[in-house]
Amino acid sequence: MDFLGGINPVILIATLMASAVPILMAALGETVVERAGVLNLGVEGMMVIGALGGFIVAVETGSPVLGFIGGAAAGAALSLIFALLTQVFLANQVATGLALTLFGLGVSSLGGQGYNGIKPPATGQLLPDALADLPVVGPIVFGHDWMVYFSIAMTAVLWWVLKSTRIGLIIRAVGESHEAAHALGYKVNRIRLMCIAFGGAMAGMGGAYVSLVRVPQWVDGITAGAGWIALAIVVFASWRPWRVLIGAYLFGGITVLQLNLQVAGSGIPVEYLSMAPYLITILVLVIMSAGRRGKANGAPAALGQNFHASR
Amino acid sequence: MTRPELLRVEGITKAYPGVVANSDVSFSIGEGEIHALLGENGAGKSTMVKMIYGLVRPDSGQMTLRGVPYQPGKPAEARRLGVAMVFQHFSLFEALNVAENVALGMENPPPMRELAAKIRAVSEEYGLPLDPSRMVGDLSAGERQRVEIIRCLLQDPKLLIMDEPTSVLTPQEVEILFKTLRQLSSEGTAILYISHKLEEIKSLCDEATILRRGKVVATCTPRDRTAREMAELMVGQALKTPERRLGAKGEVALGVSDLSVASPIPFGTALKGVSFTVAKGEVLGIAGVAGNGQDELLLALSGELKSAPDKVRILSQPVGDLGPVERRRAGLVAAPEDRYGHAAAPDMSLVENAFLTAGVRKGLTKNGFVDWAGTRKFAEEIIAAYDVRTPGPDVAARALSGGNLQKFLMGRELMQGASVIVINQPTWGVDAAAAAQIRQSILDRAGEGAAVVVISQDLDELLEVADSFAVLNEGRLTKPRPTEGLTMDEIGLMMGGAHGMEVAHHVA
Repeated sequence: MDFLGGINPVILIATLMASAVPILMAALGETVVERAGVLNLGVEGMMVIGALGGFIVAVETGSPVLGFIGGAAAGAALSLIFALLTQVFLANQVATGLALTLFGLGVSSLGGQGYNGIKPPATGQLLPDALADLPVVGPIVFGHDWMVYFSIAMTAVLWWVLKSTRIGLIIRAVGESHEAAHALGYKVNRIRLMCIAFGGAMAGMGGAYVSLVRVPQWVDGITAGAGWIALAIVVFASWRPWRVLIGAYLFGGITVLQLNLQVAGSGIPVEYLSMAPYLITILVLVIMSAGRRGKANGAPAALGQNFHASR
Repeated sequence: MTRPELLRVEGITKAYPGVVANSDVSFSIGEGEIHALLGENGAGKSTMVKMIYGLVRPDSGQMTLRGVPYQPGKPAEARRLGVAMVFQHFSLFEALNVAENVALGMENPPPMRELAAKIRAVSEEYGLPLDPSRMVGDLSAGERQRVEIIRCLLQDPKLLIMDEPTSVLTPQEVEILFKTLRQLSSEGTAILYISHKLEEIKSLCDEATILRRGKVVATCTPRDRTAREMAELMVGQALKTPERRLGAKGEVALGVSDLSVASPIPFGTALKGVSFTVAKGEVLGIAGVAGNGQDELLLALSGELKSAPDKVRILSQPVGDLGPVERRRAGLVAAPEDRYGHAAAPDMSLVENAFLTAGVRKGLTKNGFVDWAGTRKFAEEIIAAYDVRTPGPDVAARALSGGNLQKFLMGRELMQGASVIVINQPTWGVDAAAAAQIRQSILDRAGEGAAVVVISQDLDELLEVADSFAVLNEGRLTKPRPTEGLTMDEIGLMMGGAHGMEVAHHVA
């Protein structure tokens, strides 16, 4: 069942699911952050610091699971700098987010000295081979490591939390109108701070997946713009978890496809193939925002606005 | 009918820097009573209810709720003790649905499905149809108010405070609201109803406490009083006769004839056949309760609302079809009521704001470029002349307090040497000393030959500055009369509710 000159669709789907994990995790985290009305453009920085933190912890302890926890902690720690600056000192969110990305890239490059060329402990397949060896469904459904299942589970959990729980309702309320939320007695900045830390942890785990599973080794700037794609996917998904999953898989699919096309030796120059995922992301965003105007796109009304309780 | 006492307020005093909002206020509300708190803007009504709702703490005095001392430290405490409040400006989330909005305002909301059923039940019981799954952003102002009311009712309040609830409603919605309130009252819920609309209070309320300048001036039963009597109590008899300025009135500077325009504001009031003239050196005062066409009249005079050319004339030049810039050039400047967003661009500096309206008349452009040095000089002149408290002219307008910004904006318009000046609410929210100063400059400009139109809800202010006096009522303007010799009786009649003129004929 080959098509396009030697590309196996089963392998393609299985690979895209894994390759989408970093951006899916980061985009899910950012969805929560933006639903609470905060625009954190530092996703790339939090991912790369998570990639380094996860790599170091995994190498030093020999446990990939502890590595992912370390990545989450590193990402959350960096996001708390953002939270401090924007929620306490009321700094501009766009500028602070950009600075956070540059800071994260710089710090990770510094901290990664001496970790080049080391192989991290492997994160294996979760389920037994008997299941993973089944034809077609084996590789797609059963053949993954635990992070792939975890990222899908997180999508479901966040969808449920945002839609049906009181805490989700409060997060959405804070992102809709911080003044009204404050008038009703909710602690706007505290809720936002917790959402920012959660977003940082998710981005950090996503980053750790790059350095522990996808690559797997440490190189400077290892995330290579995945954080920016995650930000675009949040908009593409109109701030809804399941659509974030679709967006991440779409992007993961295109990335994997272009790699396979390169390997398969298609006539298109490599440079065009490499830029294809980014071009398609831009294209999709333009189409999405051109089709719907005003409030209909579902953006939280207070997105990017700082709140100060003056009374 | 005697009712058991629910809330007693005794000797409450609350002072803010420079102004005493409430001074020794006492009244009591019985269970199931609809009690009106009546007074002009700035009389201290809102401060009073904020203290009952726990948003503001009184400086002195006591409150008792069912005989137990009552000192709520925050709204949640007041809510727990059975006091609920519907705000003048709603605290709702547009992108959330009705049930979610209600849940956010409750201490311990039930699960969503149960809550939706409860909302439906309560909304049917009180004749306030409301679908719990609709987005609040799609609702009308009246429906949004229902969301707030139902949010209160679900917590089974003993006292419901309503702060100017009808200011955003259509007449039909007011009818529905009143029916609901009467039903609540018959079920034993007391309602504290804040308003300055006399006819509403007459038809709805059992008792009324009238506040003037923070003090209780009277307690009465609205049904037994005429709107005129209550207006007199609200305004006060002890008015000093305004000092008449001598000065020959010149030719007509501003003429408006049979001006009818639809309102661009949602739930606004259309102007219906407004006619008046203002001569050079004359101040025309236009009174009336808010929402009777004041904003629309200002828009129609400033040029933001256009009409047929000859409906509005400046120095005999027809300007009805000209926009604000051309009208400024022709000699008319206007100061709208809303400072943050209409009269001023809040995030721009005072210098930039000075340029925005004064650029034309003060010649602040050179070869198409802004003359920043000249503009800064003008802004500094305003700041000096009107004692605007600001660190400097480069501060954002938003950073100034309401009163200070108002002084700056008044100065900006009054210092342009215009021949016609239109001002809506010149001293709204300004402390007494600054208000006196603004009034004095209005009189000074008139003394220099400008024709001035002052729209205000403060009768004392109008009597102080105006040579002639008219009332705007549901978009219609009464015939202007000389202020001199006008008695409080006659003003009460001109203002007395929606059918002032009919009452006037009847009494006469």
